[in-house]
Amino acid sequence: MASFLADAVVYLGAAVLCVPVAKRLGLGSVLGYLLAGMVIGPFVLGFIGEEGKDIMHFAEFGVVMMLFLVGLELEPALFWKMRKQVLGLGSLQVVPTALALAAPALMLGLTWQAALAAGLAFAMSSTAIALQSLKEKGLMHTAAGQGSFAVLLFQDIAVIPILALLPLLATANVNAADGGHWIDSLPGWQRTLAVLVAVGGVVALGRYVVVPLLRVVARTRLRELFVASSLLLVVGIALMMETVGLSPALGTFLAGVVLANSEYKHELESDLDPFKGLLLGLFFMAVGASINFDLIGGAPGTIIGITLLVMLVKMTLLLLIGRRSGFGFDQNVLFAVGLGQVGEFAFVLLAFIAQLAILDAHWTDTLMAITALSMTLTPLFMLVSEKLILPRFGTVQAEERPADAVEVRHKVIIAGFGHFGSTLGRLLRANGVEATILDNDSDQVDLLRKLGFKVYYGDATRHDLLEAAGAHEAELLVCAIAPEAAPDLVETVHKHFPHLKLHVRSRNRMDAYELMDQGVLHIYRETLDTAVRMGVDVLQELGFRRYTAQRAGQAFQRYDQAALKELASKRGDKVDYISSVREKIAEQEELLRKDLHHDPTHADHAWDSEEMRDAGKRR
Amino acid sequence: MAGATTAARRRRCTLTMPRLLILFAHPRLEKSRANRALLAQLPTHKDITFRDLYELYPDFNVDIVAEQALMAAHDIVVLHHPFYWYSMPPLLKQYIDLVYAFGWAYGPDGRALQGKAQFHVLTTGGAKEAYTPEGFHGNTLAAFMLPLKRTATLCGMTWLPPYTVHGTNRLTDAELDQAARHYRDLLLALAEGRMDPRTLTALDRLDQIALPTH
Repeated sequence: MASFLADAVVYLGAAVLCVPVAKRLGLGSVLGYLLAGMVIGPFVLGFIGEEGKDIMHFAEFGVVMMLFLVGLELEPALFWKMRKQVLGLGSLQVVPTALALAAPALMLGLTWQAALAAGLAFAMSSTAIALQSLKEKGLMHTAAGQGSFAVLLFQDIAVIPILALLPLLATANVNAADGGHWIDSLPGWQRTLAVLVAVGGVVALGRYVVVPLLRVVARTRLRELFVASSLLLVVGIALMMETVGLSPALGTFLAGVVLANSEYKHELESDLDPFKGLLLGLFFMAVGASINFDLIGGAPGTIIGITLLVMLVKMTLLLLIGRRSGFGFDQNVLFAVGLGQVGEFAFVLLAFIAQLAILDAHWTDTLMAITALSMTLTPLFMLVSEKLILPRFGTVQAEERPADAVEVRHKVIIAGFGHFGSTLGRLLRANGVEATILDNDSDQVDLLRKLGFKVYYGDATRHDLLEAAGAHEAELLVCAIAPEAAPDLVETVHKHFPHLKLHVRSRNRMDAYELMDQGVLHIYRETLDTAVRMGVDVLQELGFRRYTAQRAGQAFQRYDQAALKELASKRGDKVDYISSVREKIAEQEELLRKDLHHDPTHADHAWDSEEMRDAGKRR
Repeated sequence: MAGATTAARRRRCTLTMPRLLILFAHPRLEKSRANRALLAQLPTHKDITFRDLYELYPDFNVDIVAEQALMAAHDIVVLHHPFYWYSMPPLLKQYIDLVYAFGWAYGPDGRALQGKAQFHVLTTGGAKEAYTPEGFHGNTLAAFMLPLKRTATLCGMTWLPPYTVHGTNRLTDAELDQAARHYRDLLLALAEGRMDPRTLTALDRLDQIALPTH
């Protein structure tokens, strides 16, 4: 117990010290974690020793979670929209890079199988580093950002067939001693089959077991239970995959994809995000700690040379792809440097490769060191390109070419999808606007999903859920949740997403006053329009011309809005406004009194020939 | 083939018994003595369809498909409205903008209105003499109506002169009633095929025609 606490203090302390320093120096959080790992690792301070490997194993779970979240982001519809970019850019990157890196490995005396396996592992880039850096710099929506996302997406998906193919590359017969999995004793083709069966299992499980289960949990309305089930889901699938000897990362990624279309997507995202962040930090620290400085120290020139060569090859190929896709110089440099490293998937693939004995331990250790080194170098390379290359050689483009726009998020969020919100949502949908919809009634969500709406479960007043629903990128938020909760939502939005245009439904004048005090500009009293419309119809039934009644209704509505504003400003003078029955009556009285002095048609003489006739007579 | 002959037969029938579509537009009928008087005499006839546009579309949201079907089923279009600011009330303009659509009323495939006839029924506050080169407005009514005429001819319709009720502010109730009866008789004569619209194109105003009263 004591040693656990001591370890926790070492890791957390290192992170808390190193990450802010790294960020302050413009190095980004990933490099901060890596540095923290190196500092506490066996080769510098030696706070953690051999158990660093165990930590690494534990922290790999951060990657597992990240892949689950990447999978969650990967909606089939979105993928379909991006298919050309993903397949085009992605295959152009992975296949030539793998071959270009396999060639020198072949020359170093590896078998073609081993060379190909190493090439494939090294073709991967780091989703964590690239996406994190792009997000931190706000470059996700640039051409380079979209291109990087497409390539990384392709790599994420390519891992699945690569993992399935690796057993076929195994030349030596591995005895079951090292892994202990029953799957290791199977011949290659059966293992491939097992992979496919497991993949199918996860898909079926996600679709037919997990969603109904989450529905039951959501109905309890206990948030921590939902967090617990999210964790259970990821850990459970990881364990299942591990048992059959497959990559847990692969399994959870698949589970994520399966759940990407479910109503619990954003809730899962926001619940797992802190765990992912912490574990990824831990993972990077473990990577830093596991860099074998002895190995590097033994042949520093070789290791560093190979690392630089690998990165050079990757970046050159990326630059060519970027040039071919029509990126400008700046965008292209960003794209190439961002994806130029060997990524965390390489750790996963290398671990699998080692297990299959495609490469020997010395080689996998070396390759892992190279991977870690290249990840460490990336933030430095980015810094160099940002501070030295781009300002000198970058063309300052007058107008940035609009990226092959892929709308990752919908621009409108509708919070609350009851009778009010759903009517509004249907109107938007009928006009081709697909909104992201949040609602906290799981039964309602269930029903609407069956009707084909894109509704997500969750409490829209929570800022993390809004974040997951894309509030930072959205343009407009419609608040149609219960009027009692609306002020909370408004407060959250003002605090965390001040750029969002807010349109808020209120029930009556009292709600409207509160929202006006909060500075909301667009307030919609649900009682106003309907009452006026009904009044117009009544006037018409009583013999008024329809158009006259319609204009009377419109004039009244404008007058009432103005009266509301006036009363609201008066109301501000009172120190404690209690919306008691008595106050309400007093206000009603004031309104009615105002009405007496108000003639909505005093300026309206249009089309009135009687008036002209009278004037003509007087003349 | 059978369909074509039926259509041809119906076409012959409509020549002898044209159907009239009256599109009436007044934003404040309750204040218009002249138009209430004109509508009071409006005949009920199987070949005359009356549409009170401000009553049908107070929100200006004209049902384009329904209105186009109606227009297609009639031979003479009567646009009945006060002559506001040398033009029509906004809803009638909205109606024409929406219903006389490209590809339907005009343009390469827009032939739906071809061969039909159209005329305006106008009420004006000013006297008839005001609409002369020497008069108050300094121009003839025909000059003021040029855009309206081109709208009809562009759609391949036969343009008929307007039916006018001038000086509505000064007309006595008896005079108004007389005008209304004349208007009614004209509508009936057209609807019953006793009068061929093509013989009326040379006239200045339709209210000048002498008609047998009923």
